[in-house]
Amino acid sequence: MTERLGLGSPPSLADHLRTFGPMPHVDGRSGSSPGALVDEVESAGLRGRGGGWFPTHLKLRAVVDSSASRGRLSRTRQPIVIGNGMEGEPASSKDVVLLTSSPHLVLDGIEAAARTVGATEAFLAVHRGSPAIPVLERAIAERPDTELPITLDTPPARYVASEESALSHWIGDGIAQPVYPDRPFQKGADGRPTLVQNVETLAHLGLIARHGGAWFAEVGSPSAPGTTLVSIGGAVRHPGVLEAPTGTPVAHLIERAGGATSGIRGFLTGGYGGGWVASEGFAETSWDPDSMRAAGAVIGASILWAVGDQVCPLDELDRVVHWMAGESAGQCGPCVFGLPALSEDVHSLASRAVDPQRPTRLQRRLALVTGRGGCKHPDGVARLVGTGLSAFADEVAAHEDGRCTATANVGARLPVPPARVAALDGRGRDFR
Amino acid sequence: MSDDIMRTLHLDPIACDGRGLCHYAAPDLIDLDEWGYPLLRDGGLRLGVTSSELPQARAAVEACPMLALHLEK
Repeated sequence: MTERLGLGSPPSLADHLRTFGPMPHVDGRSGSSPGALVDEVESAGLRGRGGGWFPTHLKLRAVVDSSASRGRLSRTRQPIVIGNGMEGEPASSKDVVLLTSSPHLVLDGIEAAARTVGATEAFLAVHRGSPAIPVLERAIAERPDTELPITLDTPPARYVASEESALSHWIGDGIAQPVYPDRPFQKGADGRPTLVQNVETLAHLGLIARHGGAWFAEVGSPSAPGTTLVSIGGAVRHPGVLEAPTGTPVAHLIERAGGATSGIRGFLTGGYGGGWVASEGFAETSWDPDSMRAAGAVIGASILWAVGDQVCPLDELDRVVHWMAGESAGQCGPCVFGLPALSEDVHSLASRAVDPQRPTRLQRRLALVTGRGGCKHPDGVARLVGTGLSAFADEVAAHEDGRCTATANVGARLPVPPARVAALDGRGRDFR
Repeated sequence: MSDDIMRTLHLDPIACDGRGLCHYAAPDLIDLDEWGYPLLRDGGLRLGVTSSELPQARAAVEACPMLALHLEK
């Protein structure tokens, strides 16, 4: 069992130094060349843990390239680094667990990333009201002075505010809405090249700076090495966060969460912007981005939720889609109007209302909200609905027929915060 | 030559507020969805435009009061 990130350890600097040792010197960027750490990150094969699993060394290089291509006196030349601890997915808790156990490892990673790309400002963003805030304030205050202080920032707790262009927009203009087109590494906060990295990615960076890329890649799947945090919940005995090498079979993750508490009907993978899979054959799947995609699932922000066999999966889908519709950024018509329309159809299906036109209308609307937004929020909701309808096709057929097979409808339910009503919000009033 | 792609028509979905004038300027390229928002013929945010379709695409770009459409080479 490989555990590297210090989950459950006390968050003080003294404990941090005892556990991980001092941070070695990290070379700064020189002109158009990133600091040497980028080569270790490349040999580590580190991929972003926020959901996209994009190769981290490519992002580091893109930020430096964009910066170096600007005039020496350009006001937008200096890069910005943002640690993303927003954790917008309600079924995820890996970031808050990491930030409250190993805040200094994340801060080490931010400093290392900032030196590597030559950033002149560095931020750590967690959502407003996050329980990590007091721990992070203390951690930042107890660190020795560096040339680049890290600013803790608290954008509004909105689902889309976790998205990297929304976070850049927030740091630049104080509005946490996504931007189109979305290329923060070229043109992010204040038009400056902006590196946005999930806090877990940054913690791994703090370890790669200490131990090197080869060490990092000693465990995990060759296509996405290392360990990863997993938020596991639903019909398992001990829901929570665990750390496992990428590539760990789903069955082992469930075992480590204490095993299933009932039969499992299916899984929600990757979060509310992820996808559902039926349980048949899924337990052998390796927990890494490529194996998950091949199995028709999504690793996303590394969320695994087991739907017990006494819970109606369409009822779960209905509750989640209703909430996700209200989390539209309010910028694009197909999202603001399309998601509530989809949600109504799903609600009608879940409540077994008779409507022969519904299947056709649902499919048409799924296509209508896909690929037409300024960010991927509507695409995520369409995938959530589309994969739900296919993973639970038998339950859909029963509902079309006026029946529900999960008559008791008891067991762990997906966490769904109070829903908002989707509305156009061109000035970002609800995102400040 | 009718299938030569001359330009790409881009739609900025955040700038767009669904006035629908582009559909009337370029009915062969742009439909309106059930909520009144432009639906490019291929469904996405970019559409390859042939030389014979270029006049309609230009008209759509000019018709948009929100400057949400533009043509690129």
